[in-house]
Order: sequence, then C-alpha cells, then structure tokens
Amino acid sequence: MPTNYAEVEETLRRIQSQKGVQGIVIVNSEGIPIKTTLDNSSTVQYAGLIHQLVMKARSTVRDIDPQNDLTFLRIRSKKNEIMIAPDKDYFLIVIQNPSD
Amino acid sequence: APQNIVRYSFKERSYKSTSVVDQMAVHFVLEGNLLHQDSDEARRLRAKEGDDSGEDDRPDSVASKTDKKEPKLTNQFNFSERASQTLNNSLRDRCCQTEPPPRVTFSDTANQWKTYDMYEMETEKQEKNKDKQNATPKKENDNSKKKMMLIETQSDTITKVLKPAKILERMCNQNICDDIAQDFKYFEDVSDEFRDQKGTLLPLWKFHYEKAKLSVTALCWNKKYQDLFAVGMGSYDFSKQGHGMLVFYSLKNSAFPEYIYPTSSGILCLDIHELHSHLVAVGFYDGCVAVYNLKEEGQEPVYKSTAKTGKHTDPVWQVQWQNDDMDNNHNFYSVSSDGRVVSWTLVKVRYTNTLIIHLCLDSNSRCLSFTVGGTSFDFHKHIDYLFLVGTEVGQIYKCSKAYSTQFLETYEAHSMAVDAVKWNHFHPKVFISCSSDWTIKIWDHTINSPMFTFDLNSAVGDFAWSPYSSTVFAAVTTDRTVHVFDLSVNKDQALCQQTVVSKKKTKLTHIDFNPVYPIIIVGDDQSCVTSLKLSPNLRRTPKGKKRQELPKGPETEVAKMEQLLRLLREPDPTTV
Repeated sequence: MPTNYAEVEETLRRIQSQKGVQGIVIVNSEGIPIKTTLDNSSTVQYAGLIHQLVMKARSTVRDIDPQNDLTFLRIRSKKNEIMIAPDKDYFLIVIQNPSD
Repeated sequence: APQNIVRYSFKERSYKSTSVVDQMAVHFVLEGNLLHQDSDEARRLRAKEGDDSGEDDRPDSVASKTDKKEPKLTNQFNFSERASQTLNNSLRDRCCQTEPPPRVTFSDTANQWKTYDMYEMETEKQEKNKDKQNATPKKENDNSKKKMMLIETQSDTITKVLKPAKILERMCNQNICDDIAQDFKYFEDVSDEFRDQKGTLLPLWKFHYEKAKLSVTALCWNKKYQDLFAVGMGSYDFSKQGHGMLVFYSLKNSAFPEYIYPTSSGILCLDIHELHSHLVAVGFYDGCVAVYNLKEEGQEPVYKSTAKTGKHTDPVWQVQWQNDDMDNNHNFYSVSSDGRVVSWTLVKVRYTNTLIIHLCLDSNSRCLSFTVGGTSFDFHKHIDYLFLVGTEVGQIYKCSKAYSTQFLETYEAHSMAVDAVKWNHFHPKVFISCSSDWTIKIWDHTINSPMFTFDLNSAVGDFAWSPYSSTVFAAVTTDRTVHVFDLSVNKDQALCQQTVVSKKKTKLTHIDFNPVYPIIIVGDDQSCVTSLKLSPNLRRTPKGKKRQELPKGPETEVAKMEQLLRLLREPDPTTV
C-alpha cells in the first residue's frame, strides 16, 4: 500500500527532524538493518548489539510469564537515550539525546 | 564273509539268519562299445547298418561323397592351442558429485514461552479451520476477510513499522517536552496561596500545524480519550473563505496532528460523539454538514449532506450530537444562519443484505425555521426536548423539539449576534451566553432578564463552563485574553485575566475545558492552539467551615449555584 508506505516515511522523517534525534535504524528479526539514517559502521554495531539485547530482554520477560511480551525498551545512558520498539518481524531503534 | 547275518522276514515276522552269502562283489562295470570285428555281433550290426550306409567306418570315403555331408571327424590328438590377447582398453576413472543439500546449523532452546507460542499458533489454526467451515453460508464476511488478507500480504515490513514509529515519535516528543509534561502532571503554583483568590494560567504545549494557515473555528475534546481533541479550521472572514481543515491533536504529541482531514470548505463547528468517540460531526461554511469516522481510512467524510438531502443554504454555526433515537440511530442537530435548526439522522437501511448508512433529514416537524439566522444553540442536559438558539440579532429563543413554529420564550440578550450559548453542566436552570458586544450574560431560563452581566471590554469569542464546578467558566476575548471566573468566589470580577499569546495581531477564537485534567485549550486565528493549566486557585473545591471538604458530586455543585441565585433573587444590597 503506497499511502501507508508514504505515511511511514513521513513519520520517520518527522522523528528524524525532532530535536536531539541522532538516528533511526529499522532492523529485521535476524538482526539485519533494513533502513537507517546512521553511517554504516555504527548501524551495524547498533543492529547487532541491540538485537542481542532485545532477544535477551524479551526472553526474560516471557520466561517469567509466557503470555506477557516486551513492548518497548528504553535505555537511558549518560550521553543519550536509546528507544527500541520490538516486534515479531522487526524492531525500530531511535537514538536521541534529550538534553540537546 | 560273516556267518551270522540275520534279515527280517516279513512273511514270518521274525529275524532269520541268512545262510547263503554272495561271495562276489562287483566293483566296476562298464559296458564297452567296441566289438571284435569278427564276432557275430559285429557281423549282425554291420548287416543292419549296411542298409543305411555302406562303409561307415572309413573316413576317407566320406570326403568323396558329395550329396551327403558328414561332419568331418577330426583327429582328436592333432590340435594345437593358440592364444591371443586383445588390446586392453585403458582404464578410465570418472566420477561426479551432486551439489550437497544445503545445511544449516540450528540451535534453539525450547523454553516455556516458545512452547506457549506454538500452542497458541495451533489453536489459532484450528479456529481458522473451524471458521472456514462455518463461513460458507456467509459470503460477505469471507470477502472482507479475503480483502484483509490481500492488504496484509501487500504491505511490506516497512509499513508494519507505522504504529511503533508513531509511538516512538511521541516518546521523542516526551523527551523534548519533558518539563512541560512534568508541569502538566505535578506543577501547582505555590504563589497562589499568597495571591488571595486570584489565579494564573500556566502555558503548556502549543499545537501548530504549519500547513494550515487558517483560523481555529472549533475546538472539542474527546470525552473518551481525554488527551485527544479536535480542531476545526476555517475562516470567519467573509472575503477569505476557502478550504478548511479538520485536525486531531493528542497531548502526547504536540508536534504533529494525529489525524488530518483537509476539506474543501471552511469548517465552522464540530462535535465529537460522546459515546462513539470516533464519530465527528462537522458543519461547513458552505452549509454542508458531514460526519467523519476516525476508524475509516481516507480523507473524505463518511457521510455528507448534499443539496438533494436538504443542506443548509448558509454557514452552519453549530452542530451537536444527540442521544440515539428509538431505533438506535445516531443523530445530531445543526443550526445555520439560514434560520433553520435541522436534525440529521444516520439511518441504517437494509438493502439486499448490505448495510447502507446515509444522512437523512428528519421529517419536517423536526425542522425549525426562524425569520432570523441562528448562530448557536445548546440542548438542555436533562430535559431532552428543551433547547436554546442564539441568533444574529442578539435574541435567544428557548425552543422545544415538539413545536416547530413557536418559541417558549424569547430573551432580549445582546445587541449583537450571539456567539455562543450554553447550559450549565450541573444546574438545570442556568445558562450563559456571550456576544461580540463585549458582554457575557448568565441567565435563569425561567426569568426573562439576566442574572449576571459581565463586560469584558472586548468582543467575546467563546466561553466554556468548567466540567468540575458549576460556578467556574472561562471566556476568550479578541484582545488575546483569557478570563476565568468563579462566581462562588467573586461575583463581579474574573479571577484571572491573562494574555496568552504574544503576537499583537492574533485573536483568540475558541476555548474548551478538558473533561478530566485541569487544563484548557485556546485556539487563535493563526491556526495555533495553546493549552494552559489552571492554577489551584481557579479550581478550588468549596471548603466546609471546619476545613472539611464538602462531599463532591453534582448535588453540591447544584447547591452552590442555587445559593448564588438565591442571593440575587432576594434583594441583597451587596450585590446587583
């Protein structure tokens, strides 16, 4: 659906234009980046590392209660905040520096 | 030979010794085939064979015979062995290899949740199968399902990101506007205690959609999702009429609207259905009314009135949803300056199994006509048939849905057009009206003259009763000021008069209270909506004498208003 696609593009563009947003990466379930606004090396790094982290986090949540699921993951760090929206087939990573 | 051989005799049934023993043993017997030439036998044989061939034994005589070919007897002892070897073919190795089947190393841990997932999938599959068996009689469902499937398969992974992307956008926004969000939730102005009854407004988010360079002409909170509100945009200027826009903002995302619906004509009013909050009625400058359904995709309204269905001939100034009628059809009323108040019903018509809903004009009895144009109306909160209509000439009519030709009451309210008229949320008798003639008036609908009159020194654009107190209301004037009144605290003056926008040219047009949170939204003519938080003084609940809080609820609110009215009715020197 092209309209839907355009809407996604538009939304991503808006996120990117927001204050302090350093990058957006969309990663598929295998941990391969599909779409990114970062440079190549950091994209690969983020995709690989965060994929592992999300898998571990989801496993933790679901092991405690199988009916539960991970919906969001926010990592607040000294320099920035990494926000992750995991789904079955992909996950969306946004890196933002809120104090910028 | 042994002497004592016995043999069983069957005849005598006993063993008998054999007396005679054969003494000769033959070891080898070979019948010879050679005969002596001169013997009798040989002669007999020769005589016998002589009939067939004369001389058998002579090999040399055979060759001379031509007619009878006999195999040539060879000399068995005269032969030579000869061996030869054929050329050995050179050995050749040929081998081929098939492509190895693809291999992957697979490792997995079967933990509880994976097992759970598998079971879930299995039950889903089973249910789907069951559905399929059931679905054969109803084809409609099946079709829609197929359509859904098609859409699903078409959409690609990127499009699935849409929802999380929207949520992340909000999260980013929350990070940026963290201080505002904190203020919204927790900030209480401590200086209010020393300010003695006066209050302030704290500006929170500003909502602005840069593509819309229009005036805010309508505001409405969603009753169900209290962070969502609708903004209608158009223009009040007769010479600048053009397109309009309907946008929905959420407090969670001030940067960009949740929904955007561009319209061909300017919007003048809108109302969100209280129970079905996805239904939004909209009135246009060109006289049309339309209903938008937020659940449906697309930019067009789901229902729209046309000239054929009897649309208004002049701008529609207000629309308002009503309770569903007896057939559970949704319906709403609209008022226009062509002098009509029209009831619209979304009628469901069963037509060969497909459900068509269209906008239909009610029977003429429900359609009220005046000689002057209406600009606003409001329906009584409790008495179903009673409603008020504000007109262009400044009069307010009290009408009933039952009579279409006459009014129950006429109030000579204002000297200019009545911009808004609203019943109090709590007290059944009180309503309020405002006008461009700078005044706000509060009425008891049983009495013909106003109970209170406030002069705000500027044209009043809009006002709103607060949802939490019967005596609190807020108004906006064109000189960029928001006025907040609490009649129970001060009957003569506003508790707060605050200029909320900085630009000199801007005019404030509309205001609305959030149904739950202590905030108001104010729209201006630069397509900007500002949200403001009311300071504690502006939302104080009445305290009992011993600092005990009075019980909350509509009864106390009614009583509060009633007390005020009684003060006025009894001649009291301090007021008037």
